[in-house]
Amino acid sequence: MVNAAAPRAIEVSGLTKVYGDHPALRGIDLRIDTGESVVIFGPNGAGKTTLIKALATIARPTSGRILIDGLDLKDRAEDVRRRIGVVSHFTYLYGNLTGYENLDFYARVYDIPRRGERIREVAALVEMTSRLHDRVASLSRGMQQRLSIARAVLHSPSIMLLDEPETGLDQRAIQIVWSAIRGEANGRRTLVLTTHDLERGSALCDRLVILNRGRIAYEGATCDLDADRLRQVYESSTAVRA
Amino acid sequence: MSFWRKALAVTWKDALTELRTREVVFTVLVFALLVIVIFNFAFGTTQEAVALVGPGILWVTFAFSGVLSLNRAFVAEKDGGCLEGLLAAPISREAIYVGKMLGSLLFLVVIEAISLPIFAFLLNLPVASGPLLVTTLLATIGFVAVGTLFSALSVNTRAREMVLPILFLPVVAPVIISAVKASGLALSGGSWGDVGGWLEIIGAFDVVFVVVSYLIFNYVVEE
Repeated sequence: MVNAAAPRAIEVSGLTKVYGDHPALRGIDLRIDTGESVVIFGPNGAGKTTLIKALATIARPTSGRILIDGLDLKDRAEDVRRRIGVVSHFTYLYGNLTGYENLDFYARVYDIPRRGERIREVAALVEMTSRLHDRVASLSRGMQQRLSIARAVLHSPSIMLLDEPETGLDQRAIQIVWSAIRGEANGRRTLVLTTHDLERGSALCDRLVILNRGRIAYEGATCDLDADRLRQVYESSTAVRA
Repeated sequence: MSFWRKALAVTWKDALTELRTREVVFTVLVFALLVIVIFNFAFGTTQEAVALVGPGILWVTFAFSGVLSLNRAFVAEKDGGCLEGLLAAPISREAIYVGKMLGSLLFLVVIEAISLPIFAFLLNLPVASGPLLVTTLLATIGFVAVGTLFSALSVNTRAREMVLPILFLPVVAPVIISAVKASGLALSGGSWGDVGGWLEIIGAFDVVFVVVSYLIFNYVVEE
């Protein structure tokens, strides 16, 4: 049940982003309620990563407005950043530092009280306690990504932005990653996920958005589509030159 | 307080990384010593020659060592997409700039602290003078202030090792020239009064470089 008085978790209107003379996003309008999970599909170059970067305050929009929990990104960016956790195919971890040192650095940046205790909690969540004091560069890709999830949930964000978080992970690592992302918040966390895996993405999320050439080509509930229908919708949405 | 706590967290992280790898200080120090030794052999050790070229040798060494060091300042942030992680965290872009600048300043001061006695020993020059040490520190602050900005700018370019000195050295030239002049006076026994004018020029550039870099860093790192 969505509280009508409460601001939406994410509200995007007229969002455009242009790199040089290449428009990556062309007038995106998107509303995501608190606790909702939305998967964004689209071919390479559709604008998925740019949209995540704009929501994460990494990329500055060319025009348009983004509200996170009712806060305007333009003048409340630091408050917004406290509410979001970002996971991408990059780990955002320093290879020459240990997992603990990386998490401790981010904990300082996020002003987390009782840092040591919280670091041990999130390390346990991603089953990395035994390797926490190893240098990140010496860990496998799957372990690094698990640490990256620990980094992203360190400050208990209410919104998670996930840009292809499963890239290069085996099934076991994917399971750990998803239980960490969903488990800690008991399903109350708002999720925005980009992935190329249609079936997995639609199974994990309530709603799907298909981006094509910087525009929303399709938007709907995942429960309305079975696997075959989803594939058809994806093909037809991304075949159209927006 | 939060600003400084976070800026210092960035500095501490850079220092910890450097302690692990010794990538910047060790490499740059070897380079600095090589330059001093080569110039020492090239120009000889007569007092006239040393007095003439000593300040130039010193600042060629520091400037190129600084460029080498600054080239690495944002490489660790680029690897693994760490800069994006920082940009998505509740730390102001200005605090990131200050943290990175202090880190680079720390590395360069360490390199200078080791190089200066060797410079003094090989060229038989009196480096333990207040005016020379203050000149070195002030010029290094200006150098690092603008260098950190250009390092962030060049890290995304393909030929960053070439782009950084080409962009950066012309901008920082007034500080280097003033430092050479002030160092020349200090090394020949000049008093505070003799170098004061040059120190004021360096100080003024420091203020301009720090303020401008602080204000525009945001636009350099955000996409």
